[in-house]
Amino acid sequence: MTRPLPRHAAGPPPIAEPQLQPVIRLVSVTKTYGSDEAMVHALRGVSLEVAEGDYVAIMGASGSGKSTMMNIIGCLDVPSAGQFLIDGIDTSSLDEQQLAVVRNRKIGFVFQAFNLIPRMSALANVELPLSYAGLRAAERHHRAEAALRLVGLADRMTAQPKQLSGGQQQRVAVARALVTAPALILADEPTGNLDTRASHDLMDVFDRLNVAGRTIVLITHEADVAAHAKRVIGVQDGQIVADRRLTGPDALPPLLGQPAVRP
Amino acid sequence: MSPAQVFRFALAGLAANKLRSALTTLGILIGVGSVVLLVAVGNGSSQSVQNAISSLGANAITVVHTEGAAGTTASTTAGTPAGTTAFAEPQNLTVQDAQALAQTQGVASVSPAVSTSETLSYGASSDSASLTGSYPSYFPAEDDTLSAGSYFTTQEVNTARDVVVLGSEAATDLFGTANPVGQSVLVAGIPFTVVGVLATKGASGLTSADNTAVAPLTTVQDALTGFGTLNDIVVQATSAALVDTVEGEITSTLDLRHHETTADADFEVLNASSLLSTASSTAHTFTVLLGAVAAISLLVGGIGITNIMLVTVTERTREIGIRKAIGATPGVILAQFLTEATLLSMIGGALGVLAGVIGTRFTIVGVRPVTVPLSIPLAFGVSALIGLFFGGFPANRAAHMRPADALRYE
Repeated sequence: MTRPLPRHAAGPPPIAEPQLQPVIRLVSVTKTYGSDEAMVHALRGVSLEVAEGDYVAIMGASGSGKSTMMNIIGCLDVPSAGQFLIDGIDTSSLDEQQLAVVRNRKIGFVFQAFNLIPRMSALANVELPLSYAGLRAAERHHRAEAALRLVGLADRMTAQPKQLSGGQQQRVAVARALVTAPALILADEPTGNLDTRASHDLMDVFDRLNVAGRTIVLITHEADVAAHAKRVIGVQDGQIVADRRLTGPDALPPLLGQPAVRP
Repeated sequence: MSPAQVFRFALAGLAANKLRSALTTLGILIGVGSVVLLVAVGNGSSQSVQNAISSLGANAITVVHTEGAAGTTASTTAGTPAGTTAFAEPQNLTVQDAQALAQTQGVASVSPAVSTSETLSYGASSDSASLTGSYPSYFPAEDDTLSAGSYFTTQEVNTARDVVVLGSEAATDLFGTANPVGQSVLVAGIPFTVVGVLATKGASGLTSADNTAVAPLTTVQDALTGFGTLNDIVVQATSAALVDTVEGEITSTLDLRHHETTADADFEVLNASSLLSTASSTAHTFTVLLGAVAAISLLVGGIGITNIMLVTVTERTREIGIRKAIGATPGVILAQFLTEATLLSMIGGALGVLAGVIGTRFTIVGVRPVTVPLSIPLAFGVSALIGLFFGGFPANRAAHMRPADALRYE
């Protein structure tokens, strides 16, 4: 019986080619729900690599499998078959506890529904991932303040989520996503609950984060949001059907600094 | 993540729904409070019985007349050959028995006594009291002291005079604040002259030791009970150390006089310490019973915690999803919800202990509760364990939610 050479179990990857290591790498990932006749194939063999510093939009209609992709990329769910690596770590061998640590260290989430924890100040919300990482209070405070300043909310740090507008809440969520300096910022329909103005402001924040070197994966069904990305991937029926590069991974985001378009 | 941080999250979780947290706490409060209070009530009533018994006099031994086992046993052994019978008919306890006991070494006094319940009246007021007929030596043997007048004398016993010494409660019931000494009261219609009033002894459990009247033995037998058996003979030992020896002597003397064996005795010998141990075991049963009822309410409080924590976990599914997405491990989520449950039960436990201790400062249905010190840490500790145990299931459910599902939860 022959066994394929393990790709990643053999220790750290070669130091000679650090730039070739993708931030995320999906190899023939499939995901099914249910069993027998009721089985749903959410993903039917998806392979994808996203390089460091890239800015990728994953587009698709609802039911296309993009949410399942987001769950797998975000380590919120595990593939039924295939391989998923984040920052060189094979997630298939990890248990619940280790997946939580990977989410904490490697991924920053931005959700459509903001998903801030109610009754906690903006600052406390941003500090939360650092608490779970085990940082001391002074350090948490310092870094959370810096993250909130970066998204332009220096003056609303003590506000509770319900005292903030949708756009402000989503920027708190972005601050929370980037405060741990993750390998990947993963945004699921981040503008879905925002008006045009707030959407533009938010995309501006994402553009600037990418310029600063953050790798971003956006999941969206809006073309004008996807237009901010350097690479647009189309998903349909659980498969990648399009992969269009707008600009190189090391170039500036295509819509950086453009003024808001009023409808 | 530090325990202090987990604790802070748990506090914030409880503060999020203050009314619900308060009501859940109330369940534990009532449980713990009733354990502390009811055990104190049981203990208090046991102590008051013990005090009453020890006030009977440490040196006193009471021989009580019983029907004996002979009467019933005789009928079942009717077929045994005559002449070999070891059984005798139950005999009366007599003044002669008392005189025989007086010869025993270590005996200070012997007071034969009969007792009956009679209605005492003076003018328009009347009172139902227990009437004892005995000798003057009965008073010191029963630890009685006078508050007015004097005891009757042996001379008055021998001449069967109609004199009576009233207990303090009987005196108050009949005469109010007036001095009864020298007055005449009717006992079952017969006029008796009051010669003395006893000092208050206090309630002994369910009956009052002060609602009594004591008259000469001969008078009571003559007028009321007849010259049948004595109800009891109160023997006073010369010292507490001799009580056990004297008790043995009394038993063998009476066995001999009544031709009885220990198995079918027609009398029973009691002393304060044997009464005390009987009463203690009764009181102990009572305390355990009360404690068990209270423990059930504590259990119900614990189930309340499970219920509320399950609701909380369901309600905060989305929050749990968010926390997991940003890196909370199952262990941290488990710790947070367990801490919430334990905090609820420990706050309830602490307040319950407080409420119970405050409750013991009041007299409850005539019983003055006496706190059992051990019941406080025990009730509090059990309440903390209840939080851990009953919070465990909901907390575990929260810890093992799948983050993808939890985030989708509306």
